[in-house]
Amino acid sequence: MQLTEKGIDTSHGVILYLEKISVSFEGFKALNDLTLYIDDGELRCIIGPNGAGKTTMMDVITGKTRPDSGVAYFGQTANLLEMSDNEIVLAGIGRKFQKPTVFQEHTVFENLELAMKTNKGVWHTLFASLSAEEHDRVDETLETIGLQERKYERAGLLSHGQKQWLEIGMLLMQDPKLLLVDEPVAGMTPQEMERTATLLESLAGQHSVVVVEHDMEFIRSIAKKVTVLHEGSVLAEGSMDEIQNNEEVMEVYLGN
Amino acid sequence: MQFLNPPSASSAPTENESGSKIGTISRASLQMHSKLGWTVMGVLMILGVVVIPILNLMVPPDSLFHFPDYLIPLFGKFLCYAIVALAIDMVWGYTGILSLGHGVFFALGGYAMGMHLMRAMAGQGVYRSELPDFMVFLNWKELPWYWYGFSSFPFAMFMVMFVPGLLAFVFGYLAFRSRIRGVYLSIITQAMTYAFMLAFFRNDMGFGGNNGLTDFKHILGFSLLEQNTKVGLFIITVIMLGIIYLVCRFVVCSKTGRILMAIRDAEERVRFSGYNSVQYKLFVWTLSAVLCGIAGALYVPQVGIINPSEMQPSNSIEMAIWVAVGGRGSLIGALVGSSLVNGAKSVFTVMFPELWLYFLGALFIGVTLFLPKGIVGLFQRKKS
Repeated sequence: MQLTEKGIDTSHGVILYLEKISVSFEGFKALNDLTLYIDDGELRCIIGPNGAGKTTMMDVITGKTRPDSGVAYFGQTANLLEMSDNEIVLAGIGRKFQKPTVFQEHTVFENLELAMKTNKGVWHTLFASLSAEEHDRVDETLETIGLQERKYERAGLLSHGQKQWLEIGMLLMQDPKLLLVDEPVAGMTPQEMERTATLLESLAGQHSVVVVEHDMEFIRSIAKKVTVLHEGSVLAEGSMDEIQNNEEVMEVYLGN
Repeated sequence: MQFLNPPSASSAPTENESGSKIGTISRASLQMHSKLGWTVMGVLMILGVVVIPILNLMVPPDSLFHFPDYLIPLFGKFLCYAIVALAIDMVWGYTGILSLGHGVFFALGGYAMGMHLMRAMAGQGVYRSELPDFMVFLNWKELPWYWYGFSSFPFAMFMVMFVPGLLAFVFGYLAFRSRIRGVYLSIITQAMTYAFMLAFFRNDMGFGGNNGLTDFKHILGFSLLEQNTKVGLFIITVIMLGIIYLVCRFVVCSKTGRILMAIRDAEERVRFSGYNSVQYKLFVWTLSAVLCGIAGALYVPQVGIINPSEMQPSNSIEMAIWVAVGGRGSLIGALVGSSLVNGAKSVFTVMFPELWLYFLGALFIGVTLFLPKGIVGLFQRKKS
């Protein structure tokens, strides 16, 4: 058994196991026997029409929604269904929401500082001060997301795209093994999109990245493997070319 | 006006950032106050602890500089309210939890103090009984168990903080764990204080029913009728307000404070950054209740009575208005707001008693519409 430093066991090369997950909201089956595996270090894109269950799937992984049935494991040993949302974060799953969610009143620096992986209990933070190494870590992340110039600006003053990057930066500060990124390029200019693609690609490898996206151009530019969700379960999986030539997929999604 | 600056704007260390205004002032706010801030605070403390007592006790009453006797307990009362305003600002202004029931914590602290004062005068009441007068009146033969220990001052002081703290902790745990927030939480806090008021109105609760606890004689052996004692209580209140202000300032300047503000602005992101937001809300909520309890305990010997009307929902709403008027999310704002509103109340209720509530309502609407950041926000806007 090979354990990573966080105790997440990926000895089988798989970091996320979702098996036969079902979730229903008042009779509507948001997820229906969903089975999905994410490999360690891969960059996976998930597409699907509205209501296919993409966001619900993320909710299940991050502990926001509890499934009616099924199994969800992070690595070989961490049972996600028994962990609270903040425990899941501490175990190494970071999530970016669809709508950019940053702390508007705090500076960019503070946003990253608060997200940093460290002891997150009240008593610790009450007396915490930032060490030089921690300061360097924030600076490193600022560089990765390209916001060095805006370090001491209020996050609320950033542009939409910059907020998205800041949020990704906040995920990185948690030093996650798995990043869940919900619609990262919605509302971005083509240039911003390009930068985001580069950013996400640079993260794959050290991290596993799961991207939910609608923008086909964007997916084509980054994806090696694409999963298509439809009515709460996996419809198809494969390279972008395979997906595009899959008749079922064309029917439900790409066709219209 | 850096003194007025909310700490959130600038807590990162300074570096030579080109063109960043915030970067240049941030080193100062790594400490809790700027030099100016400490100076202002020092002056105010000296004014309260030394100058006012001297002007009251040493200067002859016919002198122009005499500080009138009746103003001492009145100002003391204002200072207690200022503590309450700080406490509410911590949960509302900084954490985004609007409590409309903080009066209950204030009153419970007051009752704990009142119980001590009643026990301290055992045998000196109207009936010369070991029991408080109202119990004799109700024909009770024995002290109820929950009155035990209150003859001890240290025990009573412990209960002043423990009882409101415990209530807040239990209430907060249940409410925050079930993710109750926003207007729903506010309504429940109103219901809580109302329920406590009804309970305390009942004679068989053993807290003096609708008359409450009153006719106190002395505190720690000092007669409450003596001007010296009144001034002493005033000085203690000034010092407590100073300490509590510093405690609040410490919390909001710490990383905990930044997390509280983050909870206010984007709680989900806080949880998805690995924090247990329930723990943080519970911490600040309980702290706030304890501070209110202390304020209530300081209030009772100066005002001379504690009764269930302190738990009226309208009282708690008024407390929230103090903070809204002064400026949410600024400790100075809370102090300014509670002083102004209570000062205005004292003047108004004497001059035009029937107009006070209209004035208060108009003030609240005006501030909400035109000054979302309160009076302090005016100065901040001017600065930027």
